[in-house]
Amino acid sequence: MAASQTIALMPAEQYAVEQARRESAHPELWELLDAVKDPEIPVLSIWELGILRGLKVEGDEVVVIITPTYSGCPAMDAVAEDIVSALSAAGYTRSRIEMQWAPAWSTSWMSPEGREKLRNYGIAPPGEQALCCPHCNSPEVELVSEFGSTACKALYRCQSCLEPFDYFKNL
Amino acid sequence: MTKIAIENPLEAYAVRLGDDALVLGHRLSEWSSNAPFLEEDLALSNVALDFLGRARMFYSYAGELRKDGTTEDHYAYQRDCREYTNLLIYELPRGDFAFTMARQFMLDVFNLAFLARLQKSTDSSLAAIAGKAVKESTYHLRRSSDWIMRLGGGTEESLRRLQDAVDELWGFTPEMFTMDELESDLLAEGVAVDRTALHDSWDSQVRSTLEAAGVTIPDASWQVDGGRRGLHTEHLGHLLSELQFVQRAYPGLEW
Repeated sequence: MAASQTIALMPAEQYAVEQARRESAHPELWELLDAVKDPEIPVLSIWELGILRGLKVEGDEVVVIITPTYSGCPAMDAVAEDIVSALSAAGYTRSRIEMQWAPAWSTSWMSPEGREKLRNYGIAPPGEQALCCPHCNSPEVELVSEFGSTACKALYRCQSCLEPFDYFKNL
Repeated sequence: MTKIAIENPLEAYAVRLGDDALVLGHRLSEWSSNAPFLEEDLALSNVALDFLGRARMFYSYAGELRKDGTTEDHYAYQRDCREYTNLLIYELPRGDFAFTMARQFMLDVFNLAFLARLQKSTDSSLAAIAGKAVKESTYHLRRSSDWIMRLGGGTEESLRRLQDAVDELWGFTPEMFTMDELESDLLAEGVAVDRTALHDSWDSQVRSTLEAAGVTIPDASWQVDGGRRGLHTEHLGHLLSELQFVQRAYPGLEW
């Protein structure tokens, strides 16, 4: 990376996961899983969202390690099924999901690209200095509800363009 | 229904914490489609899900400790009232909206402090679950304390309802700070949280918010306990009859 570029600060646990992916002996499996999207936010892959934490191959079995966003997130079962079927479709018929609780998922694991995709999808991304409307970029917004359509989002309304929008909460 | 004996103290502790979470999650879920307005309906359902998720984590861990294939579903669906060990405050009927929020506020203040300490447990699984849940409780508390202020500063009726709720709940709160032998032993090992140490900061935080909302703090002239010993109010049986109905009618059903 050139010295003039801004280097985004990345939490150590996220760096470790990304390094594990870079050094993995099975890059094709990681790429395969890039096709698995979050069922509630189909523009983001489970990798971009920070749900996918690792994978390993034990004999002829693929073990995929994931972590939930919120402890009661009902999308996790669907994510696990999607992973198994994506692997199965590519010929990896034996796979298993391992659920990891610690370190607890954090929105700080989400990549800058992931945040941009969220914004383009109409969801204000987490962790920004000033919360702006994802439609018109106005900072004049008001909170409607601490919880939006899912546990990980809050509901806001833009006072400039009057559109309601979801905000992906900082966690 | 096959009864299982819970003899391992660590398993019993995880089950207690799971029972608290499941029973409250169920009470909150009763608001789904019944809340005063849509946003509140979503919020209560989402908070309910967080507690359901906690219950699943605690129960799953308890089941792992047995090493006999016991799953989270066993604890949730195949135990009767007397085997449930949740604190009584969690099982009280949801009441009106003021009652639900007053209880939620008291429990959120408690849970935030409790989970922060459980994060430091020498048991790494309990610490991991707490690390996950404590972040959610921060959100829950922000919302419930906001509601206390709004109900207190709303109309005469909303203040009256809030006051009634606090009066009814107050005697159920000391149980949250009671240690029994099981928890004292686990505390000595660094596994459990010292509940007694959480009382003073809980008391001052809850009092100051309630007083700012115009609520008069009741005289604590009565208190009840028994949940940890399986001695419950009549309400838990009704709750379980709904929660467990499908598994009792069709044992082992999966879909």
